[in-house]
Amino acid sequence: MRFVAANLLRAKRRTFLTVFSIAISLFLFCTLRTVLTSFEASLRASDASRLVVRHGASLVFPLPLSYRERLKQVSGVTGVTYGNWFGGYYQDPKNHFAQFAMDTRTFLDLFPECVLPPAEAEAFRAERTACIVGRSLARKYGWKIGDQVPIIGTIFPGEWMFTLRGVYEGRSKDVDENTLFFHWDYLNESLPEVRRSQVGVYWLRIARADLAAAVSDRVDALFENSPQPTKTETEKAFQAGFISMIGNIQLLLAIIGSAIVFAIMLVTINTMMMAARERTTEIAVLKTLGFGDGLILRLVGAEALVLSLLGGILGCGLAAVVFHESDFTAGGFFPNFRVLPGTVVQGLLLASLMGILSGIVPSFQAARLRIAAALRKVA
Amino acid sequence: MGNENGFLVALRDVHKVYHRDRIEIPVLQGINLEVREGEFLALMGPSGSGKSTLLNLIAGIDSPTKGEVHVAGESLGTLRPKRLAAWRARHIGFIFQLYNLIPVLTAYQNVELPLLLTRLSGKERKRRVHFALELVGLRVRASHSPRALSGGEEQRVAIARAIVADPTLLVADEPTGDLDAKNAAEILTLLQRLNAELKKTVIMVTHDPHAAARAHLTLHLDKGVLQP
Ligand SMILES: Nc1ncnc2c1ncn2[C@@H]1O[C@H](COP(=O)(O)OP(=O)(O)OP(=O)(O)O)[C@@H](O)[C@H]1O
Ligand SMILES: [Mg+2]
Repeated sequence: MRFVAANLLRAKRRTFLTVFSIAISLFLFCTLRTVLTSFEASLRASDASRLVVRHGASLVFPLPLSYRERLKQVSGVTGVTYGNWFGGYYQDPKNHFAQFAMDTRTFLDLFPECVLPPAEAEAFRAERTACIVGRSLARKYGWKIGDQVPIIGTIFPGEWMFTLRGVYEGRSKDVDENTLFFHWDYLNESLPEVRRSQVGVYWLRIARADLAAAVSDRVDALFENSPQPTKTETEKAFQAGFISMIGNIQLLLAIIGSAIVFAIMLVTINTMMMAARERTTEIAVLKTLGFGDGLILRLVGAEALVLSLLGGILGCGLAAVVFHESDFTAGGFFPNFRVLPGTVVQGLLLASLMGILSGIVPSFQAARLRIAAALRKVA
Repeated sequence: MGNENGFLVALRDVHKVYHRDRIEIPVLQGINLEVREGEFLALMGPSGSGKSTLLNLIAGIDSPTKGEVHVAGESLGTLRPKRLAAWRARHIGFIFQLYNLIPVLTAYQNVELPLLLTRLSGKERKRRVHFALELVGLRVRASHSPRALSGGEEQRVAIARAIVADPTLLVADEPTGDLDAKNAAEILTLLQRLNAELKKTVIMVTHDPHAAARAHLTLHLDKGVLQP
């Protein structure tokens, strides 16, 4: 087994390059998988008994505030809250994360997955310029309760100053902890007369998840003939639709990514086969010394496997560390962008597969090698 | 040892035919050869006469088209590949023209290789490797890599590797073919000592009449048959 190690160390540069290319392909693999798992996690986090009501034509058109009372009347609806996407950033346009102006009276009630100590919730409601943020956002920027948090608005221009009154935690790991919520009333009052009383999105709580379709139809029918028709769907469908706006890019990414992973895999396999071919004489010598075919098979195979696993550990480890440290959220798009253990396991399995694939041909060739003929080639 | 009529090596009507593009190339045509234990035999003959082929048959790394090869109590044609490999490890020490040391391993590790196939303890392996290196006069070079050794030294390490597992038979294919006269003479003296002092049977292929002169007996291979 020392022989395996010695062989790997022999061509240090080639070993390094091979390990490195496997590492890169697995890093890519983990990244792509994580894009998918994060997306799935945010779908999972969305509540099936919550409906989203938006303008029938597009998300960018607002709905009147007056819809609130009428929505409450719809049978099957047990709660209504509303809010606007704020679309600002903190200090630098790079620092953008999700901010929502929410109706503070009802919002926490409809979003039980955001867990906030009662005292902090009370303080948040009581103060017009107060805001609350998710735990990881607070950690990222080092905010503490009582801090002033200035946000530069893009949809609603100007600098908006908020006072941090609470830090919420997600009820489960899938819940986004990278959002800032503040008072819808504060936003509304600060706007010029013409832009007031306009709501981006209403959220409805319904009695049972299986009422979703019926309630959605009822709501949309209600506003069908008004100047602002609605489109109502479950939060899950809403999220999915939102993300499918870049869905095609995602697909493209997946295709390109898989192609790269595949190409690197082939290159790696080829490299290992070449490495084995160069050693034909050595293998013939070992066999002359009495090393059996089975032992030779295991030696050459083990080498490929060690190489691939090394690359795999490096690549997956790198992905896990990078995405853990960087708090990468793609601008609030993937609120919980972290590499799941399952992804790492899949990556390592893929690496083993590469090892087996790249080891299988050379190791069987080595085992089957006919000594006399192999020795002739150089003699 | 259960040898074939007291001979360590006995070949009976051995033929070897190679095929190249459907053309048959008869290389060995009815070889009969008997070698006693403790013998030092030199094989000579023109290039392409089949000396290496014959040696490979005796060492069990190639098989005849026809005929029987008995070496060290076994009829090689009847052994399965796995048994044959184990048999080689036990009975054959092979010395190549081009030394064929494993470049990534040190001299010590190269010599140790055949012992890795045995059940010897680490301590016993170490003792034997040192003994073999001592015998070829290269104990001080144990930690050097083959690249750091001269051709003559490399061949001596290769000889240490060939004898470390205490084989019955040493086979050498032009062991001095790539060396200058001085180094060649040293290697031949070493082979003579192994034969005389350790009672190793040696079969050596060579082109060099000086080398053949060191053997007890020289046989000539020409046109597929052996002649004295
Ligand atoms: N695997 C093979 N396939 C086809 N022909 C072969 C093969 N091995 C050997 N030969 C042929 O058999 C003949 C004898 O080869 P061999 O290597 O035994 O000769 P040799 O006496 O050792 O020659 P040299 O002195 O050059 O080493 C040569 O003509 C060679 O071309
Ligand atoms: Mg030859």
